[in-house]
Amino acid sequence: MIPPLVRPKPKNPILRTRLPLLPPWARSRAALGLTAAAALGRFELQVCADCGTVQYPPREACHRCLSGTLRWREQAGIGELISTTTVYHSQDSFFRERVPWHLGLVRLDAGPTLVAHLHGGCAPAPSRVRIGARLDKSGQGVLLAFPLGEVPHMADDRQLREMTCDPKFRKVLVTDGKTQVGQAVVRALIAAGADWVWVGHAEPWKKFAGFAELEALPQVTLLPLDLTDSGSVKQLAGEIGGKVDILINTAEVHRAHGIASRSGVEVARAEMDVNYFGLLRLAQEFGPVMRARGADGPSSATAWVNLLSIYALSNYPPHGTFSASKAAAFSLSQCLRAEMRPGGVRVINVFPGPIDDEWNQLLPPPKLTPEALAKALVKALRDGVEDVYPGDVAQEWLTRWQESPKTLEREVSL
Amino acid sequence: MITHGNTRDYLDVVLVAPVTVPYVRYSIRNSHWFVAQALSRLLKSSGLEKPDVDGLSLGSFMLAPDTAIGLTQHLGITVRWLDHVPLGGACGIVALRRALRAVQAGDAEVVACIGADTNHVDSFRQSLGSFSVFARDAVFPYGSGGPNASFAFLTSYYMRMYGATREDFGKICVAQRDNALGYPHAMFKKKLTLEEYLDARLIADPIRLFDCVMPCAGAEGFLVMTRQRAEALGLPYAIVRSTCERHNAFPDDPIQMRGGWVLDREHLYGGAGVEPSDIDFVQTYDDYPVMSVIQLEDLGFCAKGEGPEFIRGHSFTTDGSFPINTSGGQLSVGQAGCAAGFLGLVEAIRQLTGRNLARSVPDARLGLAVGFGMITYDRGLCSGAAVLGRADA
Repeated sequence: MIPPLVRPKPKNPILRTRLPLLPPWARSRAALGLTAAAALGRFELQVCADCGTVQYPPREACHRCLSGTLRWREQAGIGELISTTTVYHSQDSFFRERVPWHLGLVRLDAGPTLVAHLHGGCAPAPSRVRIGARLDKSGQGVLLAFPLGEVPHMADDRQLREMTCDPKFRKVLVTDGKTQVGQAVVRALIAAGADWVWVGHAEPWKKFAGFAELEALPQVTLLPLDLTDSGSVKQLAGEIGGKVDILINTAEVHRAHGIASRSGVEVARAEMDVNYFGLLRLAQEFGPVMRARGADGPSSATAWVNLLSIYALSNYPPHGTFSASKAAAFSLSQCLRAEMRPGGVRVINVFPGPIDDEWNQLLPPPKLTPEALAKALVKALRDGVEDVYPGDVAQEWLTRWQESPKTLEREVSL
Repeated sequence: MITHGNTRDYLDVVLVAPVTVPYVRYSIRNSHWFVAQALSRLLKSSGLEKPDVDGLSLGSFMLAPDTAIGLTQHLGITVRWLDHVPLGGACGIVALRRALRAVQAGDAEVVACIGADTNHVDSFRQSLGSFSVFARDAVFPYGSGGPNASFAFLTSYYMRMYGATREDFGKICVAQRDNALGYPHAMFKKKLTLEEYLDARLIADPIRLFDCVMPCAGAEGFLVMTRQRAEALGLPYAIVRSTCERHNAFPDDPIQMRGGWVLDREHLYGGAGVEPSDIDFVQTYDDYPVMSVIQLEDLGFCAKGEGPEFIRGHSFTTDGSFPINTSGGQLSVGQAGCAAGFLGLVEAIRQLTGRNLARSVPDARLGLAVGFGMITYDRGLCSGAAVLGRADA
């Protein structure tokens, strides 16, 4: 039985904020394959290319046939929980603060025996379980044993919640409420149980379409925030920076231009000013304080979400300058991810294909609805993944890009 | 020369001068200091001089960046045979086997076998994350903070499969503590009651405090030389009837309920020309009591799964029906890193040479010392054992 999460009490401002600690993060290079898959929400193990033997722990050569070619392959993860323990005493500082901690020993049907974090919904050993991979607070892939089916309050499991960024009872800043995407994200967060949603709007003297509906939501507070204005970002961070658990940067400028279709750099500069420098300004003002709150009680700072674009991976020439600004933002997000890691705050990048909005008017379907994008974003928070590529177009681009970036470049510029 | 299978016997080589550098919980000395003290005691105990020792086998985890070679210069010894065996709980048996053959082959005349490690206040914690690649990648991130959780899995599984109770394991721990009360170098000097054992604080369910060894600093050692040499020097000696060693046995078992002894026991007893029932005492590798039980099963004292019945039918003190860990074992003496792999061997040599520090097992002729160790992921990879005998056995 998982006790349902209860709304955390307001924090006593006099109490010291505990400094964030991380679980052991050191890994061999081979083991980082588990992390790479977990970042996408997948459970993969090395499989021998020659004899098909599934390997664990990660290694350099097949323990059956000594082949040096091991490939990471998605696993069903079904197996037998053969033994369990609850750790009450740990030498590790992170776990010392979190004991008792449940662990399981699982024999996968695919072969290997795994040590895994144990979800509270699992039946006592021996029982059937499903192994999933998650990123822990250090951003490294770890294994979790789940019950085979759904159990009540599954997401509220205390150990699981250390590895996810579920918005339930959390306070969120959505940086731009003017766009359809921004509004869909706000609604999805509230549906997911977010306690409080601050919504930025760059031009507070204007009432944008959907403003009244947003304002009517009891969880929502609209606040002025202009990502092109360092002072505006700094001011808002001063007001609410110490309370934001999840920051979702939905602000973007998107114009459909390549290089020759327009003269001058003003439009490109406007895109960069929001899409790249806006992220930089936000990261400088909100990043350090969120990082310091990575272990601030049950609803600590937990995630930072960037709305990027699948065009960040490879330039889409009809939207060439937009693509470039998103590529710049993607690169900066990797720096942000590294800098947020000591606080255990996850940086999630969302790479949608074309969104069904006015700037993609000329693109043929399928296009991603703002609601579908918002749903994928909330799911990414709940699953605690780092990279999400919502929609068919994004998935197809991703597959092509993974197979051959050069081929993709030629394909999209035909 | 007698052989069993293709294995030559050890009848012309013997073990002398069992020594212990008394254990301390923490030391500001490095492992080198403990190695030096062990060697010094070996020389004093045997009456030999440094130049007489022409072989060194060293088991130690915490010499880095040194290995055994650095110690030759550090200690000012010149040897013609050198071995470094950082195999934890198996290093004593492995060192013994190699040294016996070296002396037998004439590659060395006197080999000093030493297991030594220091323990600084924070060194146990620091050593956990760097113990093995697999532990760093696949155990340490799960918060167990060492082997406690791994052995909690085994203990819990064993209890479920074979009906062992906490009282069964407690009986072993209580008896070993009783043995330790007669041994001056044991870290634990207070009697342990079954109630204290059962009510101790939880470490990793079902393992509680007295199921765990206490990391400490210390050293153990002995000398290997020819029987002729030992007799010429007038040194009491123990003989080696048979040994075995196995690494990564049964890799496909889902969980470790047996060790390599199962593969080797026939060879072990056949080589010694004895049956398990001939053995007068056993020094198990008792990093956790469940491992003692598994070793007793795998080494033929009872069948697999009959451990609980065996425990209930025997007493384990030095004067009991089945003496084990006669100086108290690691559970009561302490675990001084690689010295733990020597503890049982050194105690066995003492029992068989009448150089007892602990209470003696009455009229002990044959003893069995067991090695087990290197939990690089979910199980101990090394297993070994040696049947030792009194000079006339």
